[in-house]
Amino acid sequence: MRAYWALFRGQARSQTSYRLSFAIDVVSNVWATVLDVFTVFVLFGVTRTLGGLDLREALVVTGMSACAFATGDMLVGNIERITLYVRTGRFDAVLVRPLRALPQLVLMDLPLHKLSRAGFGATVYLVALGAADITWTPGRVLLAVLAPVGGIVFFGAVFVITASVAFWWTESGEFGNAFTYGGRDFTSYPVSVYSGWFRNAFAYGLGFAFVSYYPALALLGKRDPIGLPDWVGWVAPLVALPATAAAALIWRAGLRRYTSTGS
Amino acid sequence: MGAGFRRYSTYRQATVAGAFTNTVFGFLRCYVLLAVAAGAGTATVAGYDAARLATFVWFGQGLLAVVLLWGWTELADRIRTGDVVADLLRPVDPVTRYLATDLGRAGHALVTRLVPPVLTGPLFFPFYVPHRWTTVPLFVVSVLLATVLCFGCRYLVNATGYWLLDIRGPMILWALVSGVLGGLYFPLRFLPDALVVPLWLLTPLPSLFQTPLDVLVEIDPTPRQLWLVALQAGWVVLVLVLCRVVQRRAERRLVVQGG
Repeated sequence: MRAYWALFRGQARSQTSYRLSFAIDVVSNVWATVLDVFTVFVLFGVTRTLGGLDLREALVVTGMSACAFATGDMLVGNIERITLYVRTGRFDAVLVRPLRALPQLVLMDLPLHKLSRAGFGATVYLVALGAADITWTPGRVLLAVLAPVGGIVFFGAVFVITASVAFWWTESGEFGNAFTYGGRDFTSYPVSVYSGWFRNAFAYGLGFAFVSYYPALALLGKRDPIGLPDWVGWVAPLVALPATAAAALIWRAGLRRYTSTGS
Repeated sequence: MGAGFRRYSTYRQATVAGAFTNTVFGFLRCYVLLAVAAGAGTATVAGYDAARLATFVWFGQGLLAVVLLWGWTELADRIRTGDVVADLLRPVDPVTRYLATDLGRAGHALVTRLVPPVLTGPLFFPFYVPHRWTTVPLFVVSVLLATVLCFGCRYLVNATGYWLLDIRGPMILWALVSGVLGGLYFPLRFLPDALVVPLWLLTPLPSLFQTPLDVLVEIDPTPRQLWLVALQAGWVVLVLVLCRVVQRRAERRLVVQGG
Protein backbone atom coordinates (compact mmCIF):
# COMPACT_ATOMS: atom_id res chain seq x y z
CA MET A 1 0.00 0.00 0.00
CA ARG A 2 2.84 2.39 0.87
CA ALA A 3 4.42 1.79 -2.51
CA TYR A 4 1.17 2.73 -4.27
CA TRP A 5 0.90 5.86 -2.16
CA ALA A 6 4.47 6.84 -3.09
CA LEU A 7 3.62 6.32 -6.79
CA PHE A 8 0.56 8.53 -6.44
CA ARG A 9 2.44 11.26 -4.57
CA GLY A 10 5.23 11.28 -7.12
CA GLN A 11 2.69 11.67 -9.91
CA ALA A 12 0.87 14.47 -8.11
CA ARG A 13 4.13 16.34 -7.53
CA SER A 14 5.39 15.98 -11.09
CA GLN A 15 2.07 17.01 -12.62
CA THR A 16 1.63 20.12 -10.52
CA SER A 17 5.24 21.29 -10.82
CA TYR A 18 4.62 22.83 -14.25
CA ARG A 19 1.96 25.21 -12.98
CA LEU A 20 0.93 26.85 -16.24
CA SER A 21 0.67 23.55 -18.13
CA PHE A 22 -1.35 22.09 -15.29
CA ALA A 23 -3.67 25.12 -15.22
CA ILE A 24 -4.20 24.89 -19.00
CA ASP A 25 -5.07 21.20 -18.66
CA VAL A 26 -7.45 21.84 -15.78
CA VAL A 27 -9.36 24.49 -17.71
CA SER A 28 -9.37 22.81 -21.10
CA ASN A 29 -10.60 19.52 -19.71
CA VAL A 30 -13.78 21.04 -18.37
CA TRP A 31 -14.62 22.32 -21.84
CA ALA A 32 -15.05 18.87 -23.35
CA THR A 33 -17.97 18.18 -21.01
CA VAL A 34 -19.26 21.75 -21.21
CA LEU A 35 -19.60 21.30 -24.97
CA ASP A 36 -21.42 17.97 -24.54
CA VAL A 37 -23.98 19.65 -22.31
CA PHE A 38 -24.11 22.68 -24.62
CA THR A 39 -24.95 20.33 -27.51
CA VAL A 40 -27.95 19.00 -25.59
CA PHE A 41 -29.20 22.56 -25.09
CA VAL A 42 -28.72 23.36 -28.79
CA LEU A 43 -30.70 20.26 -29.79
CA PHE A 44 -33.50 21.25 -27.46
CA GLY A 45 -33.40 24.66 -29.12
CA VAL A 46 -35.02 23.09 -32.18
CA THR A 47 -37.15 20.40 -30.54
CA ARG A 48 -39.32 20.10 -27.45
CA THR A 49 -38.79 16.42 -26.71
CA LEU A 50 -36.02 13.95 -27.36
CA GLY A 51 -36.88 10.28 -27.12
CA GLY A 52 -39.96 11.11 -25.02
CA LEU A 53 -38.15 13.28 -22.46
CA ASP A 54 -38.21 17.07 -22.15
CA LEU A 55 -35.11 19.17 -21.55
CA ARG A 56 -35.12 18.90 -17.77
CA GLU A 57 -35.66 15.15 -17.81
CA ALA A 58 -33.06 14.60 -20.53
CA LEU A 59 -30.54 16.61 -18.51
CA VAL A 60 -30.81 14.07 -15.67
CA VAL A 61 -29.70 11.41 -18.17
CA THR A 62 -26.92 13.64 -19.55
CA GLY A 63 -25.77 14.73 -16.09
CA MET A 64 -25.65 11.19 -14.74
CA SER A 65 -23.67 10.08 -17.79
CA ALA A 66 -21.28 13.05 -17.62
CA CYS A 67 -20.69 12.49 -13.90
CA ALA A 68 -20.05 8.76 -14.34
CA PHE A 69 -17.89 9.08 -17.45
CA ALA A 70 -15.76 11.99 -16.28
CA THR A 71 -14.98 10.34 -12.94
CA GLY A 72 -14.38 6.91 -14.47
CA ASP A 73 -12.14 8.50 -17.09
CA MET A 74 -10.17 10.33 -14.41
CA LEU A 75 -9.65 7.21 -12.31
CA VAL A 76 -9.00 4.58 -14.98
CA GLY A 77 -9.13 6.33 -18.37
CA ASN A 78 -5.38 6.65 -18.79
CA ILE A 79 -5.17 2.88 -19.03
CA GLU A 80 -5.76 3.45 -22.74
CA ARG A 81 -2.10 4.43 -22.95
CA ILE A 82 -1.31 0.76 -22.56
CA THR A 83 -1.33 0.44 -26.37
CA LEU A 84 1.81 2.60 -26.28
CA TYR A 85 3.40 0.56 -23.47
CA VAL A 86 2.69 -2.74 -25.19
CA ARG A 87 3.94 -1.55 -28.57
CA THR A 88 7.17 -0.13 -27.21
CA GLY A 89 7.75 -2.94 -24.71
CA ARG A 90 7.78 -0.49 -21.80
CA PHE A 91 5.12 -2.65 -20.22
CA ASP A 92 7.95 -4.97 -19.12
CA ALA A 93 9.05 -2.40 -16.57
CA VAL A 94 5.60 -2.50 -15.01
CA LEU A 95 5.55 -6.28 -14.83
CA VAL A 96 8.93 -6.74 -13.16
CA ARG A 97 8.02 -4.58 -10.17
CA PRO A 98 6.65 -6.45 -7.16
CA LEU A 99 3.30 -4.64 -7.43
CA ARG A 100 0.15 -5.53 -9.32
CA ALA A 101 0.09 -4.30 -12.90
CA LEU A 102 -3.34 -2.68 -13.10
CA PRO A 103 -3.13 -0.40 -10.01
CA GLN A 104 0.39 0.58 -11.05
CA LEU A 105 -0.70 1.61 -14.52
CA VAL A 106 -3.61 3.57 -13.12
CA LEU A 107 -1.45 5.39 -10.58
CA MET A 108 1.44 5.90 -12.98
CA ASP A 109 -0.55 8.39 -15.02
CA LEU A 110 -3.43 9.39 -12.76
CA PRO A 111 -4.47 12.61 -14.51
CA LEU A 112 -5.18 15.00 -11.67
CA HIS A 113 -6.16 17.77 -14.08
CA LYS A 114 -9.25 15.73 -14.96
CA LEU A 115 -10.59 16.49 -11.47
CA SER A 116 -12.08 19.64 -12.95
CA ARG A 117 -14.14 17.70 -15.46
CA ALA A 118 -15.31 15.19 -12.87
CA GLY A 119 -16.36 18.12 -10.69
CA PHE A 120 -18.23 19.73 -13.55
CA GLY A 121 -19.96 16.43 -14.39
CA ALA A 122 -21.12 16.11 -10.79
CA THR A 123 -22.35 19.73 -10.82
CA VAL A 124 -24.41 19.17 -13.97
CA TYR A 125 -25.91 16.07 -12.37
CA LEU A 126 -26.83 17.87 -9.15
CA VAL A 127 -28.31 20.86 -10.97
CA ALA A 128 -30.29 18.53 -13.26
CA LEU A 129 -31.62 16.65 -10.23
CA GLY A 130 -32.69 19.95 -8.67
CA ALA A 131 -34.31 21.28 -11.83
CA ALA A 132 -36.20 18.10 -12.74
CA ASP A 133 -39.58 17.39 -11.27
CA ILE A 134 -38.65 14.53 -8.91
CA THR A 135 -40.78 13.33 -6.00
CA TRP A 136 -38.04 12.51 -3.53
CA THR A 137 -38.29 9.36 -1.40
CA PRO A 138 -35.49 7.71 0.64
CA GLY A 139 -35.23 5.06 -2.08
CA ARG A 140 -34.78 7.67 -4.79
CA VAL A 141 -32.08 9.50 -2.79
CA LEU A 142 -30.22 6.21 -2.47
CA LEU A 143 -30.63 5.49 -6.19
CA ALA A 144 -29.47 9.02 -7.08
CA VAL A 145 -26.24 8.30 -5.17
CA LEU A 146 -25.71 4.70 -6.25
CA ALA A 147 -26.47 5.15 -9.96
CA PRO A 148 -23.44 7.37 -10.72
CA VAL A 149 -21.26 5.10 -8.57
CA GLY A 150 -22.37 2.12 -10.65
CA GLY A 151 -21.74 4.20 -13.77
CA ILE A 152 -18.21 5.12 -12.68
CA VAL A 153 -17.36 1.46 -12.06
CA PHE A 154 -19.00 0.49 -15.35
CA PHE A 155 -17.02 3.04 -17.40
CA GLY A 156 -13.88 1.99 -15.53
CA ALA A 157 -14.53 -1.59 -16.63
CA VAL A 158 -15.12 -0.44 -20.22
CA PHE A 159 -11.79 1.40 -20.20
CA VAL A 160 -9.97 -1.70 -18.90
CA ILE A 161 -11.66 -4.00 -21.45
CA THR A 162 -10.97 -1.75 -24.46
CA ALA A 163 -7.38 -1.24 -23.27
CA SER A 164 -6.92 -5.02 -22.94
CA VAL A 165 -7.60 -5.30 -26.66
CA ALA A 166 -4.02 -4.05 -27.11
CA PHE A 167 -2.72 -7.41 -25.87
CA TRP A 168 -4.28 -9.16 -28.85
CA TRP A 169 -4.32 -6.33 -31.39
CA THR A 170 -1.35 -4.02 -30.89
CA GLU A 171 -2.28 -1.55 -33.65
CA SER A 172 -5.89 -1.21 -32.49
CA GLY A 173 -5.53 2.59 -32.58
CA GLU A 174 -8.88 4.33 -32.20
CA PHE A 175 -10.88 1.09 -31.95
CA GLY A 176 -11.43 1.43 -28.20
CA ASN A 177 -12.77 4.98 -28.58
CA ALA A 178 -15.91 3.57 -30.21
CA PHE A 179 -16.89 2.05 -26.86
CA THR A 180 -15.37 4.47 -24.33
CA TYR A 181 -16.20 7.86 -25.88
CA GLY A 182 -18.91 6.20 -27.93
CA GLY A 183 -20.38 4.86 -24.68
CA ARG A 184 -20.28 8.35 -23.21
CA ASP A 185 -22.18 9.73 -26.21
CA PHE A 186 -24.64 6.82 -26.13
CA THR A 187 -25.44 7.26 -22.44
CA SER A 188 -25.80 11.06 -22.77
CA TYR A 189 -29.14 10.63 -24.55
CA PRO A 190 -32.28 8.63 -23.75
CA VAL A 191 -32.00 5.08 -25.09
CA SER A 192 -35.42 5.55 -26.72
CA VAL A 193 -33.62 7.79 -29.24
CA TYR A 194 -31.86 4.79 -30.78
CA SER A 195 -33.45 1.80 -32.46
CA GLY A 196 -32.92 -1.53 -34.16
CA TRP A 197 -29.95 -3.83 -33.68
CA PHE A 198 -27.70 -0.88 -32.87
CA ARG A 199 -29.77 -0.10 -29.78
CA ASN A 200 -29.94 -3.75 -28.77
CA ALA A 201 -26.18 -4.12 -29.09
CA PHE A 202 -25.14 -0.97 -27.24
CA ALA A 203 -27.97 -0.67 -24.73
CA TYR A 204 -28.59 -4.27 -23.72
CA GLY A 205 -25.73 -6.30 -25.23
CA LEU A 206 -23.02 -4.04 -23.78
CA GLY A 207 -25.21 -2.76 -20.93
CA PHE A 208 -24.92 1.00 -21.55
CA ALA A 209 -28.67 1.49 -21.07
CA PHE A 210 -28.30 0.77 -17.34
CA VAL A 211 -25.68 3.48 -16.77
CA SER A 212 -27.95 6.50 -17.01
CA TYR A 213 -31.24 5.97 -18.86
CA TYR A 214 -33.00 3.41 -16.65
CA PRO A 215 -31.86 4.91 -13.32
CA ALA A 216 -33.01 8.33 -14.59
CA LEU A 217 -36.44 6.91 -15.53
CA ALA A 218 -36.78 5.45 -12.03
CA LEU A 219 -35.85 8.79 -10.44
CA LEU A 220 -38.30 10.67 -12.66
CA GLY A 221 -41.01 8.04 -12.14
CA LYS A 222 -41.47 7.61 -15.89
CA ARG A 223 -42.33 4.47 -17.81
CA ASP A 224 -39.95 3.11 -20.38
CA PRO A 225 -41.43 3.55 -23.89
CA ILE A 226 -39.32 0.58 -25.02
CA GLY A 227 -41.34 -1.57 -22.59
CA LEU A 228 -38.98 -2.82 -19.87
CA PRO A 229 -40.64 -3.11 -16.42
CA ASP A 230 -40.26 -0.26 -13.89
CA TRP A 231 -38.05 -2.19 -11.45
CA VAL A 232 -35.23 -2.28 -14.02
CA GLY A 233 -34.16 1.25 -13.13
CA TRP A 234 -33.80 0.33 -9.46
CA VAL A 235 -31.43 -2.54 -10.07
CA ALA A 236 -29.63 -0.90 -13.02
CA PRO A 237 -26.50 0.14 -11.03
CA LEU A 238 -25.83 -3.57 -10.47
CA VAL A 239 -24.72 -3.70 -14.12
CA ALA A 240 -21.33 -2.64 -12.74
CA LEU A 241 -20.85 -6.14 -11.26
CA PRO A 242 -20.88 -8.25 -14.45
CA ALA A 243 -18.90 -5.49 -16.19
CA THR A 244 -16.19 -5.61 -13.53
CA ALA A 245 -16.08 -9.40 -13.67
CA ALA A 246 -15.71 -9.32 -17.46
CA ALA A 247 -13.00 -6.68 -17.21
CA ALA A 248 -11.06 -8.73 -14.64
CA LEU A 249 -11.27 -11.88 -16.79
CA ILE A 250 -10.24 -10.16 -20.02
CA TRP A 251 -7.43 -8.23 -18.33
CA ARG A 252 -5.97 -11.40 -16.80
CA ALA A 253 -6.26 -13.29 -20.07
CA GLY A 254 -4.48 -10.41 -21.80
CA LEU A 255 -1.69 -10.30 -19.21
CA ARG A 256 -1.05 -14.00 -19.69
CA ARG A 257 -0.85 -13.47 -23.43
CA TYR A 258 1.62 -10.59 -23.27
CA THR A 259 5.04 -11.63 -24.62
CA SER A 260 6.87 -8.28 -24.82
CA THR A 261 8.35 -6.91 -28.04
CA GLY A 262 11.62 -8.79 -27.84
CA SER A 263 13.76 -5.74 -28.34
CA MET B 1 2.09 14.02 -52.39
CA GLY B 2 2.82 10.46 -53.47
CA ALA B 3 5.02 10.05 -50.42
CA GLY B 4 2.17 11.18 -48.17
CA PHE B 5 -0.20 8.68 -49.77
CA ARG B 6 2.26 5.79 -49.47
CA ARG B 7 3.23 6.64 -45.93
CA TYR B 8 -0.34 6.52 -44.65
CA SER B 9 -1.17 3.40 -46.66
CA THR B 10 1.27 1.46 -44.45
CA TYR B 11 -0.90 1.91 -41.35
CA ARG B 12 -3.56 -0.55 -42.48
CA GLN B 13 -4.78 -1.75 -39.10
CA ALA B 14 -5.08 1.75 -37.68
CA THR B 15 -7.07 2.70 -40.79
CA VAL B 16 -9.52 -0.16 -40.23
CA ALA B 17 -9.87 0.74 -36.54
CA GLY B 18 -10.43 4.40 -37.42
CA ALA B 19 -13.07 3.65 -40.04
CA PHE B 20 -14.86 1.37 -37.57
CA THR B 21 -14.90 4.08 -34.91
CA ASN B 22 -16.16 6.73 -37.37
CA THR B 23 -18.97 4.36 -38.32
CA VAL B 24 -20.04 3.75 -34.71
CA PHE B 25 -20.13 7.50 -34.09
CA GLY B 26 -22.12 7.85 -37.30
CA PHE B 27 -24.84 5.63 -35.83
CA LEU B 28 -24.80 7.53 -32.52
CA ARG B 29 -25.05 11.02 -34.06
CA CYS B 30 -27.51 9.97 -36.75
CA TYR B 31 -30.00 8.47 -34.28
CA VAL B 32 -29.82 11.54 -32.04
CA LEU B 33 -30.37 14.02 -34.88
CA LEU B 34 -33.21 11.95 -36.35
CA ALA B 35 -34.82 11.88 -32.89
CA VAL B 36 -34.50 15.66 -32.81
CA ALA B 37 -36.30 15.84 -36.16
CA ALA B 38 -38.99 13.44 -34.90
CA GLY B 39 -39.38 15.38 -31.63
CA ALA B 40 -39.71 18.69 -33.43
CA GLY B 41 -42.80 17.28 -35.15
CA THR B 42 -42.31 19.43 -38.25
CA ALA B 43 -41.23 18.21 -41.69
CA THR B 44 -37.87 19.93 -41.41
CA VAL B 45 -35.67 21.31 -38.62
CA ALA B 46 -33.64 24.38 -39.57
CA GLY B 47 -34.16 23.40 -43.23
CA TYR B 48 -33.04 19.77 -42.88
CA ASP B 49 -35.39 16.83 -43.42
CA ALA B 50 -34.54 13.34 -42.14
CA ALA B 51 -32.68 12.29 -45.31
CA ARG B 52 -30.60 15.48 -45.29
CA LEU B 53 -29.74 15.06 -41.60
CA ALA B 54 -28.63 11.46 -42.09
CA THR B 55 -26.52 12.36 -45.12
CA PHE B 56 -25.04 15.27 -43.18
CA VAL B 57 -23.98 12.97 -40.34
CA TRP B 58 -22.54 10.13 -42.43
CA PHE B 59 -20.58 12.31 -44.84
CA GLY B 60 -19.39 14.33 -41.83
CA GLN B 61 -18.04 11.17 -40.19
CA GLY B 62 -16.27 10.32 -43.43
CA LEU B 63 -14.83 13.80 -43.93
CA LEU B 64 -13.50 13.88 -40.36
CA ALA B 65 -10.47 11.81 -41.38
CA VAL B 66 -10.13 13.44 -44.81
CA VAL B 67 -9.71 16.98 -43.53
CA LEU B 68 -8.02 15.44 -40.44
CA LEU B 69 -9.41 17.65 -37.75
CA TRP B 70 -7.48 16.14 -34.84
CA GLY B 71 -4.23 14.54 -33.96
CA TRP B 72 -1.66 16.13 -36.30
CA THR B 73 1.38 17.20 -34.27
CA GLU B 74 4.12 16.38 -36.78
CA LEU B 75 5.42 19.93 -37.16
CA ALA B 76 5.26 20.64 -33.42
CA ASP B 77 7.10 17.40 -32.66
CA ARG B 78 9.83 18.31 -35.14
CA ILE B 79 10.13 21.78 -33.63
CA ARG B 80 10.49 20.31 -30.16
CA THR B 81 13.11 17.75 -31.16
CA GLY B 82 14.95 20.16 -33.44
CA ASP B 83 14.38 18.00 -36.53
CA VAL B 84 12.63 20.97 -38.09
CA VAL B 85 16.08 22.24 -39.08
CA ALA B 86 16.09 19.59 -41.84
CA ASP B 87 12.88 21.10 -43.25
CA LEU B 88 14.44 24.56 -43.29
CA LEU B 89 17.55 23.38 -45.13
CA ARG B 90 15.48 22.06 -48.04
CA PRO B 91 15.03 24.34 -51.04
CA VAL B 92 11.21 24.04 -50.82
CA ASP B 93 9.09 26.26 -48.60
CA PRO B 94 8.00 24.18 -45.55
CA VAL B 95 4.34 25.23 -45.85
CA THR B 96 4.22 24.01 -49.46
CA ARG B 97 6.00 20.77 -48.65
CA TYR B 98 3.81 19.91 -45.67
CA LEU B 99 0.71 20.82 -47.69
CA ALA B 100 1.74 18.46 -50.50
CA THR B 101 2.27 15.60 -48.03
CA ASP B 102 -1.04 16.39 -46.39
CA LEU B 103 -2.91 16.26 -49.71
CA GLY B 104 -1.42 12.81 -50.31
CA ARG B 105 -2.64 11.76 -46.88
CA ALA B 106 -6.10 13.18 -47.63
CA GLY B 107 -6.20 11.25 -50.91
CA HIS B 108 -5.56 8.05 -48.99
CA ALA B 109 -8.21 8.93 -46.42
CA LEU B 110 -10.68 9.69 -49.21
CA VAL B 111 -10.53 6.06 -50.30
CA THR B 112 -10.16 4.34 -46.94
CA ARG B 113 -11.97 6.57 -44.46
CA LEU B 114 -14.68 8.41 -46.40
CA VAL B 115 -16.01 5.38 -48.25
CA PRO B 116 -16.84 3.03 -45.30
CA PRO B 117 -19.21 5.37 -43.38
CA VAL B 118 -20.71 6.74 -46.59
CA LEU B 119 -21.58 3.22 -47.74
CA THR B 120 -22.80 2.12 -44.29
CA GLY B 121 -25.15 5.04 -43.70
CA PRO B 122 -27.59 4.42 -46.59
CA LEU B 123 -27.99 0.77 -45.56
CA PHE B 124 -29.76 1.78 -42.35
CA PHE B 125 -30.92 5.37 -42.81
CA PRO B 126 -32.63 7.50 -45.45
CA PHE B 127 -30.23 9.15 -47.83
CA TYR B 128 -30.31 12.40 -49.77
CA VAL B 129 -29.24 12.19 -53.40
CA PRO B 130 -28.40 15.63 -54.86
CA HIS B 131 -30.87 16.81 -57.49
CA ARG B 132 -28.78 19.41 -59.30
CA TRP B 133 -25.82 18.32 -61.42
CA THR B 134 -23.83 21.36 -60.27
CA THR B 135 -23.83 20.13 -56.69
CA VAL B 136 -21.41 17.24 -57.16
CA PRO B 137 -18.50 19.23 -58.69
CA LEU B 138 -19.12 22.00 -56.15
CA PHE B 139 -18.95 19.44 -53.35
CA VAL B 140 -15.65 18.08 -54.68
CA VAL B 141 -14.19 21.60 -54.81
CA SER B 142 -15.54 22.33 -51.34
CA VAL B 143 -13.98 19.19 -49.84
CA LEU B 144 -10.62 20.07 -51.42
CA LEU B 145 -10.83 23.61 -50.03
CA ALA B 146 -11.83 22.29 -46.61
CA THR B 147 -8.83 19.95 -46.59
CA VAL B 148 -6.38 22.74 -47.46
CA LEU B 149 -8.04 25.08 -44.97
CA CYS B 150 -7.91 22.50 -42.19
CA PHE B 151 -4.25 21.88 -43.01
CA GLY B 152 -3.60 25.63 -42.70
CA CYS B 153 -5.33 25.81 -39.33
CA ARG B 154 -3.43 22.77 -38.06
CA TYR B 155 -0.19 24.27 -39.33
CA LEU B 156 -0.87 27.48 -37.40
CA VAL B 157 -1.70 25.54 -34.22
CA ASN B 158 1.50 23.51 -34.62
CA ALA B 159 3.53 26.64 -35.40
CA THR B 160 2.74 28.04 -31.96
CA GLY B 161 5.36 25.46 -30.97
CA TYR B 162 8.06 27.80 -32.32
CA TRP B 163 7.21 30.07 -29.41
CA LEU B 164 5.71 27.73 -26.81
CA LEU B 165 7.46 24.38 -27.44
CA ASP B 166 4.64 22.59 -25.60
CA ILE B 167 1.53 23.07 -27.76
CA ARG B 168 -0.87 21.06 -25.62
CA GLY B 169 -2.92 24.14 -24.73
CA PRO B 170 -3.49 25.44 -28.29
CA MET B 171 -4.02 21.85 -29.46
CA ILE B 172 -6.81 21.14 -26.97
CA LEU B 173 -8.41 24.50 -27.66
CA TRP B 174 -8.37 23.74 -31.39
CA ALA B 175 -9.80 20.22 -30.89
CA LEU B 176 -12.70 21.53 -28.83
CA VAL B 177 -13.57 24.59 -30.90
CA SER B 178 -13.15 23.03 -34.33
CA GLY B 179 -15.47 20.10 -33.60
CA VAL B 180 -18.41 21.99 -32.20
CA LEU B 181 -18.15 25.19 -34.26
CA GLY B 182 -17.20 23.36 -37.45
CA GLY B 183 -20.54 21.59 -37.55
CA LEU B 184 -19.46 18.09 -36.52
CA TYR B 185 -21.71 17.68 -33.47
CA PHE B 186 -24.83 19.31 -34.89
CA PRO B 187 -25.60 21.36 -38.01
CA LEU B 188 -24.71 24.94 -37.10
CA ARG B 189 -28.03 26.15 -38.50
CA PHE B 190 -29.60 24.76 -35.30
CA LEU B 191 -28.09 27.83 -33.62
CA PRO B 192 -29.81 31.23 -33.84
CA ASP B 193 -28.95 33.28 -36.96
CA ALA B 194 -27.37 36.00 -34.83
CA LEU B 195 -24.68 33.47 -33.89
CA VAL B 196 -24.33 31.51 -37.12
CA VAL B 197 -23.82 34.38 -39.56
CA PRO B 198 -20.88 36.01 -37.70
CA LEU B 199 -19.42 32.57 -37.03
CA TRP B 200 -19.47 31.73 -40.73
CA LEU B 201 -18.11 35.08 -41.89
CA LEU B 202 -15.57 35.83 -39.18
CA THR B 203 -14.09 32.39 -38.45
CA PRO B 204 -12.81 29.65 -40.77
CA LEU B 205 -14.48 26.94 -38.67
CA PRO B 206 -17.83 26.44 -40.48
CA SER B 207 -15.87 26.25 -43.74
CA LEU B 208 -14.29 23.01 -42.48
CA PHE B 209 -17.44 20.85 -42.30
CA GLN B 210 -20.62 22.81 -42.50
CA THR B 211 -19.95 24.27 -45.97
CA PRO B 212 -19.12 21.04 -47.85
CA LEU B 213 -21.94 19.17 -46.11
CA ASP B 214 -24.51 21.91 -46.72
CA VAL B 215 -23.43 22.06 -50.36
CA LEU B 216 -23.94 18.30 -50.64
CA VAL B 217 -27.45 18.21 -49.16
CA GLU B 218 -28.51 21.26 -51.19
CA ILE B 219 -29.81 23.21 -48.25
CA ASP B 220 -29.36 26.44 -50.27
CA PRO B 221 -30.07 27.37 -53.91
CA THR B 222 -27.10 27.31 -56.31
CA PRO B 223 -26.04 30.99 -56.04
CA ARG B 224 -25.85 30.71 -52.25
CA GLN B 225 -23.87 27.47 -52.55
CA LEU B 226 -21.39 29.23 -54.83
CA TRP B 227 -21.16 32.09 -52.38
CA LEU B 228 -20.38 29.75 -49.47
CA VAL B 229 -17.66 27.99 -51.47
CA ALA B 230 -16.20 31.37 -52.46
CA LEU B 231 -16.12 32.32 -48.78
CA GLN B 232 -14.32 29.07 -48.10
CA ALA B 233 -11.76 29.90 -50.82
CA GLY B 234 -11.24 33.32 -49.26
CA TRP B 235 -10.44 31.68 -45.93
CA VAL B 236 -8.04 29.26 -47.60
CA VAL B 237 -6.06 32.15 -49.12
CA LEU B 238 -6.05 34.10 -45.86
CA VAL B 239 -4.97 31.17 -43.69
CA LEU B 240 -2.23 30.04 -46.11
CA VAL B 241 -0.82 33.58 -46.28
CA LEU B 242 -0.90 33.65 -42.49
CA CYS B 243 0.98 30.32 -42.41
CA ARG B 244 3.72 31.84 -44.60
CA VAL B 245 3.98 34.95 -42.46
CA VAL B 246 4.12 32.96 -39.22
CA GLN B 247 6.69 30.58 -40.70
CA ARG B 248 8.92 33.50 -41.81
CA ARG B 249 8.79 35.16 -38.41
CA ALA B 250 9.44 31.88 -36.64
CA GLU B 251 12.48 31.18 -38.82
CA ARG B 252 14.00 34.49 -37.79
CA ARG B 253 13.76 33.74 -34.09
CA LEU B 254 14.16 29.98 -34.10
CA VAL B 255 16.84 28.50 -31.88
CA VAL B 256 17.11 24.87 -32.80
CA GLN B 257 16.78 22.50 -29.86
CA GLY B 258 18.73 19.38 -29.35
CA GLY B 259 22.29 18.26 -29.22
